[in-house]
Amino acid sequence: MRHLLLIAMPLFALLLGAAAPAMEDSEKEIERYRAMIDDPMANPGYLAVDRGEQIWSLSRGTKSATLEACDLGQGPGVLDGAYARMPRYFADADQVMDLEQRLAYCMRSLQGLDLKDIVARRFGSPGKTSDMEDLVAFISNKSQGHKLAAPLAHPKEREMYAIGEAMFYRRSAINDFACATCHGEDGRRIRLQALPNLTRPSLQVQQVMGTWPAYRVSQSQTRTMQHRLWDCYRQMRMPPPDYLSEGLTALSVFLAHNGEGATINAPSIKR
Amino acid sequence: MIFLAALLAAPIASAQTISPADPATASPARVDAAIAATFAGAAVAWMPRVTQDETQRLCSLRRNEPTQAEADSIVARESATLVMPAETTVLGNWRNGEKIAQNGQGGQFSDAPGTVSGGNCYACHQMAPAEISYGTLGPTLAGYGRLHDFKPEAARAAYAKVYNPQSAFACSSMPRFGHNKILTEQQIKDIVAYLFAPDSPVNAP
Ligand code: HEC
Ligand code: HEC
Repeated sequence: MRHLLLIAMPLFALLLGAAAPAMEDSEKEIERYRAMIDDPMANPGYLAVDRGEQIWSLSRGTKSATLEACDLGQGPGVLDGAYARMPRYFADADQVMDLEQRLAYCMRSLQGLDLKDIVARRFGSPGKTSDMEDLVAFISNKSQGHKLAAPLAHPKEREMYAIGEAMFYRRSAINDFACATCHGEDGRRIRLQALPNLTRPSLQVQQVMGTWPAYRVSQSQTRTMQHRLWDCYRQMRMPPPDYLSEGLTALSVFLAHNGEGATINAPSIKR
Repeated sequence: MIFLAALLAAPIASAQTISPADPATASPARVDAAIAATFAGAAVAWMPRVTQDETQRLCSLRRNEPTQAEADSIVARESATLVMPAETTVLGNWRNGEKIAQNGQGGQFSDAPGTVSGGNCYACHQMAPAEISYGTLGPTLAGYGRLHDFKPEAARAAYAKVYNPQSAFACSSMPRFGHNKILTEQQIKDIVAYLFAPDSPVNAP
């Protein structure tokens, strides 16, 4: 795990280094902070990985079944590299799904599990863990070192990409914000927070997309992309997007392709 | 250099041709359906935020680069929304203005009901040179009043800019604070004073 980080860091340093002449003191400060918290030996996200492993093989639901036969795209029960190839189209559901949608599908179909409690605990809080966050931490970790390569061959995958791209530029709500307002150009900040340019394929987007889910130090929780997008819609002054909804998957498809080739380092640790 | 590195980093095996611009893959109606599905659970009172007005629709479609004719139509429409204060001076209290410029609260689903919205200008702009926590989505406003010779007309233009930035510049990234009722007339006056009062920290050398 540490060696992966050592590969990722020089790439990121290269990216920042190229912008060095224009870099202001405050940006250097942000970078120092990032380096400080990016210590894998101190990542509580691995507690979520362990919990997720147990939930994966826990019998429950009306069918008293585990999730172990769940097909994440690489065949029933195959976890290695599955997360690196999602979101993807699933013929049985006739739908493009991200990992959380797929897990919900398996919970329903394989386990006969009532999702009410799962959805209520979709975002963990102090003293209340989230099965979904734990499962995503466990399964994404099985893609450690894989290259992000979500497929884009099926017409529905291509449609989701196009929807995601349109949503990325879609301005709405009282502040007229779109994702592109904050993530549309290189080297921008909101207050002191550096904003990645997510509009097109780049090392920057690889750095972002290879490092979710992440243990968020500011929230003391392991968060998934579903939560990140929920939080960005909050900043956009939009209503909360529905958990596991189509639009969040569409945005994830768009982002996954702009981050294609990223080396998965998950769960990572972030501010 | 960065671009080259990104190209080299791309896996050859999974290289596919992406044609996101193919309109057949996601019509505006299809995108609207996805938006409706994504916010299906939103409270009724929040639904107006999910739909777009004509300016938002056009700026989204053109990715903030409208044609000249479209830009003219946007500026004309947004200018018609301007409600300027009756009196000639638009300068309120800069000390209140500073608080409003610093305040990023309001309008979020996580806010307590009744939260008074701030302008959050520092999210995007440098203002007082002494404040180091500022964003760079907008141009620096340090010394703004001084650089405009503290002219009353310039202060009125700034009031209009904050009330509705698109009355001056189509598809501006800046929120339409007055038009969308984020800030009141008095709050905008206070912010304009923060920009234009000679003793405001914004105009400190
Ligand atoms: C008002 C500003 C704003 C808007 C609008 C916004 N974001 Fe963000 N976004 C942020 C901030 C701030 C961060 C956190 C950056 C950090 O922690 O360094 C962030 C982080 C992210 C990240 C994670 C970056 C990382 O380093 O891992 C992703 C992905 C993302 N946003 C996607 C989106 C998408 C998609 C949308 C639209 C649905 C969106 N954002 C809209 C401000 C915004
Ligand atoms: C989301 C980002 C954002 C926020 C928040 C924001 N602005 Fe702006 N602002 C911009 C951008 C981008 C421009 C440049 C484009 C334009 O002129 O519309 C700008 C331009 C301006 C200008 C014109 C500058 C000139 O060139 O003369 C003024 C004045 C201004 N903003 C004041 C404010 C004030 C006051 C606030 C807070 C109440 C504020 N802005 C909040 C993004 C923002």
